[in-house]
Amino acid sequence: MSTSPKLKSKIPDGTLENKWTKYRSTVPLVNPANKRSIEIIVVGSGLAGSSAAATLAELGYKVKVFCFQDSPRRAHSIAAQGGINAAKNYQNDGDSVYRLFYDTIKGGDYRAREANVHRLAEVSGNIIDQCVAQGVPFAREYGGTLSNRSFGGTQVQRTFYAAGQTGQQLLLGAYTALQRQVGMGAVSMYARHEMLDVVVIDGKARGIIARDLTTGKLERHFGHAVLLCTGGYGNVFFLSTNAMGSNVTAAWKAHRKGAFFANPCFTQIHTTCIPVSGDHQSKLTLMSESLRNDGRIWVPKKQNDTRPATQIPEEERDYYLERRYPAFGNLVPRDVASRAAKERCDAGYGVGTSKMAVYLDYASAIERYGKIEANKQGIHHPSQDEIIKLGKSVVKEKYGNLFDMYKQITGEDPYEVPMRIYPAVHYTMGGLWVDYNLMTTIPGLYALGEANFSDHGANRLGASALMQGLADGYFVIPYTIGEFLSGEIRTKAIPTDHPAFDDAEKSADERVQKLLSIKGTKSVDYFHKRLGKIMWDECGMARNENGLKKAIAEIQQLRAEFWKDVRVPGSSNELNPELEKAGRVADFLELGELMCVDALGRNESCGGHFREEHQTEDGEALRHDDQYAFVAAWEYQADSKWELHKEDLAYENIKIAQRNYK
Amino acid sequence: MTINLKVWRQKNNADKGRLETYVVKDVSPDMSFLEMFDVLNERLITEGKEPIAFDHDCREGICGMCSMFINGRPHGPKQGITTCQLHMRSFNDGDTVVVEPWRAAAFPVIKDLVVNRSAFDRVISAGGFVSVNTGNAKDANNILIPKPDADDAFNAAACIGCGACVAACKNSSAMLFVSAKVSQFALLPQGQVERAERVEKMVAQMDEEGFGNCTNTGACEAECPKSISLENIARMNREYLSAKLLANKK
Amino acid sequence: MSKESFLESTIGRKMVMALTGLFLISFLVVHVSINACIFLNDGGKTFNVASHFMSHNPVIRVLEIGLFIGFILHIYMSVKLTMKNNKARPVKYQVVDGKANSKWYSRSMGILGSLLLLFLVVHLGNFWVPTKQAIFNGQQHNTFDSMKNIFSLDNWYFIAIYLLGVISLSYHLLHGFQSAFQSLGLNHRKYSPLIHQVGIWFSIIVPLLFALMPISMAFGIIR
Repeated sequence: MSTSPKLKSKIPDGTLENKWTKYRSTVPLVNPANKRSIEIIVVGSGLAGSSAAATLAELGYKVKVFCFQDSPRRAHSIAAQGGINAAKNYQNDGDSVYRLFYDTIKGGDYRAREANVHRLAEVSGNIIDQCVAQGVPFAREYGGTLSNRSFGGTQVQRTFYAAGQTGQQLLLGAYTALQRQVGMGAVSMYARHEMLDVVVIDGKARGIIARDLTTGKLERHFGHAVLLCTGGYGNVFFLSTNAMGSNVTAAWKAHRKGAFFANPCFTQIHTTCIPVSGDHQSKLTLMSESLRNDGRIWVPKKQNDTRPATQIPEEERDYYLERRYPAFGNLVPRDVASRAAKERCDAGYGVGTSKMAVYLDYASAIERYGKIEANKQGIHHPSQDEIIKLGKSVVKEKYGNLFDMYKQITGEDPYEVPMRIYPAVHYTMGGLWVDYNLMTTIPGLYALGEANFSDHGANRLGASALMQGLADGYFVIPYTIGEFLSGEIRTKAIPTDHPAFDDAEKSADERVQKLLSIKGTKSVDYFHKRLGKIMWDECGMARNENGLKKAIAEIQQLRAEFWKDVRVPGSSNELNPELEKAGRVADFLELGELMCVDALGRNESCGGHFREEHQTEDGEALRHDDQYAFVAAWEYQADSKWELHKEDLAYENIKIAQRNYK
Repeated sequence: MTINLKVWRQKNNADKGRLETYVVKDVSPDMSFLEMFDVLNERLITEGKEPIAFDHDCREGICGMCSMFINGRPHGPKQGITTCQLHMRSFNDGDTVVVEPWRAAAFPVIKDLVVNRSAFDRVISAGGFVSVNTGNAKDANNILIPKPDADDAFNAAACIGCGACVAACKNSSAMLFVSAKVSQFALLPQGQVERAERVEKMVAQMDEEGFGNCTNTGACEAECPKSISLENIARMNREYLSAKLLANKK
Repeated sequence: MSKESFLESTIGRKMVMALTGLFLISFLVVHVSINACIFLNDGGKTFNVASHFMSHNPVIRVLEIGLFIGFILHIYMSVKLTMKNNKARPVKYQVVDGKANSKWYSRSMGILGSLLLLFLVVHLGNFWVPTKQAIFNGQQHNTFDSMKNIFSLDNWYFIAIYLLGVISLSYHLLHGFQSAFQSLGLNHRKYSPLIHQVGIWFSIIVPLLFALMPISMAFGIIR
């Protein structure tokens, strides 16, 4: 194996611990006077986009921010519940930058870049400092210090949180920083705008075509550099925990213009979601993984047991995670826990009406907390009722909003009966290939946060997405963008009547008109649902060669059908949500194929990618490090035609090993 | 079950708009309110009619985008939830349900049930932040914050900016939204430096946007999906008074 | 993001409403205390002494001007506020379920206040104007006797107007009392419940005492 010459990762020299420090101090700078004349376009206003835009504006660049929602504050980062990791070691439990780095590489099943992940761990502490300074109200102890909780895949308590709304609070922190710059005129905000293409001039990204979703007008915007902070593509599955509007369009357009797409098959299935209730289902709701800290996961020992959960005695319950993984128990990483749930349900032990769910039980946590609380309050011989009452109040304090959410959606009270959970698509580790500077294979085009592929390998640890989004935006891009922009100080703003803008706008317009002109018989959702089913069945939690081949053929056929028979009502010069959806689904129909191609090519199981042909005797994922310790970066060539480029993953500091959570 | 929907249809801001009736059959009690709209829109599309435009995104009650005024109440008949969290089991077979957009001069209608809430963003831009550039922070645990203050600040910060407070208020006042942000920072040590400046500027911007005045009816608190407390409004009044009248400055 | 002057701001104006409201509430305390002297049933002797003091003492005379200014400010600001409120929602809802989230009287302060103003015109015409005329003309004036004349069963419409007036007052106070504290930012987790309780009792007791006056006179309980 050797790395493709087209993939220059630009990882700095030096020891792992010193790479970032040294690089940061030697990367070329742009002087303040020149920054004022350099324009940067940021697409997406989630954690990565808002933090990058605010910080770049603080540095003096002229920034334009685009988001499809009605306000930057609504980006889907807001829905992250559990928390954000940082190697602060405030709990004195042996945490360190190295340990966070190690956990992340291991959690990612040895498919992430060492240098990027170490940098992420290094800046993790700064993120917490920055957010606290902004007034983010993290949970605190009575002494006034910050509180931490534990999270899947780690043995230290390093997760900072704000009840079950950590993503919201962090995003609002970044959003207020962004709005401050908007107020000062340093950032121009374009809400209800969707990017429809990247404009590439002389091989460099120089702007975008955006559609004003309110008027339908196509707009041209120039930038010396373009940052895509557009999140993940989990909605390719139709049912996922993503927001309804989350899409791959910006990243996909960039891909078609020359940005390589890396590891597209690495999708994360989140363990603790509320099961599907019917055909009308439009999305799935995740409940924070932090629920696994205290909840115990089980199914009946008997197949097709139809008794209500509370009537199944203790000895007839199979706490399968505790049984299979005694060291980590219910806190094994997401991919492991998800597959274990699927395995039990496929074997006929599932619960609920659909039989596609397992129990997440808080009864013993309530009792345990009740006893502790009784002790704290000096109640010496508490009755069982008192213990339960105290325990419920502790659990309410910790997880109240999640329990309320569950009750709201299912109509069942989780304080009384165990919750039913099932895995759902949640996060995509794959994304645009980026170098150490977060630059894609198109010079001047960057990808930050979930939109890139870099830090989580084949599986992301809980509470690490928020960390990565903010690390990229606050502490990485402001430095690394200098490497490119320092060479652009003589580039004058390119007028948007340049032929490249003409061409890009023309092709975007043609596509819009084409979608409207088909006037077929099926709605956009019809195609999206069919695509989602193909993806979930064949490219979901478990994949195999035959299924993937079948899926590729089906997707190609579905795509052809879509372009012949989709019906998009309304016109292009007004607010038209169906038209927006149609454009996004058209892109998903191409991405879905690439995901299957990637999954088919990776003949091993690792992290979120589980190939049934590659498993150990007891059903654990089996990696083939000798052949597949690489990043698969796909270059778009034509419809259904990609060229694979490999970036070797060299592990110089960590001894690569089979993951073991037993 | 069957639901008789009366939905506000308005082509654009210049259009006058009107209620139109739709009968939706086979509604499952497990459906969310928005999923019922999905089903209806699917039908309208196949019938060659224009689907109903409505704002929505996360569909789990946190992004603040969904915004329907249902049977005379923002986010419908249940308390403490957003429209997307409302499920059809809260209705009965044969119910007539009237759905309108948020109505306020500061929230002009874009189309059907979609309104423009950028006024909120401008209020935040006026002062709803702590002026700390990236890289200026000291170690997080150097700032000790009593847990009750942190909890109060969090409860205020839980606002999702959906605008239900404005929609519910008979005067279209935005006091609950603005006071939640003012309170969050007034309660925290990080917010002290710009305390007076912040409240003055945010209130001025709020007034400029054309929101009405607070009559303390409490409708905002009752309808807020995050149950933001009226205490925040009192706190903002206090903050404003001390900023305007008591601050020792020019 | 200019700043605005205190009195142009929504909060400033509400504070004027609150302060004038509380000032008018304090006047009610004085007014009801003096009038309650009739319940001594001494043929109006104590009452007339007190009312004579009120209408002749120079300090009270100055305060009376303040009272008028208070009324006018309260009314002026309410008009200003209402005008802005109406502008804030140019297109009304087709369906509003106000009772689901607030009390009717909290949403009807303008109407209640207008009713009070109408009542006040009648009330001033009944008592204040004749007293002022008498003082101006240097004549003796017996307020107790005027009350007895006005509150007779023959003048049932006056009694009805007075009862309607105090009912309006009661509901206006029921919201206004605690609302004033909220507007001034005088809110406290320990004391606010107390303020609310006091407000409720005040809004019941004071109007009730006022209501009992015409009734007890009309039915001859007080002679």
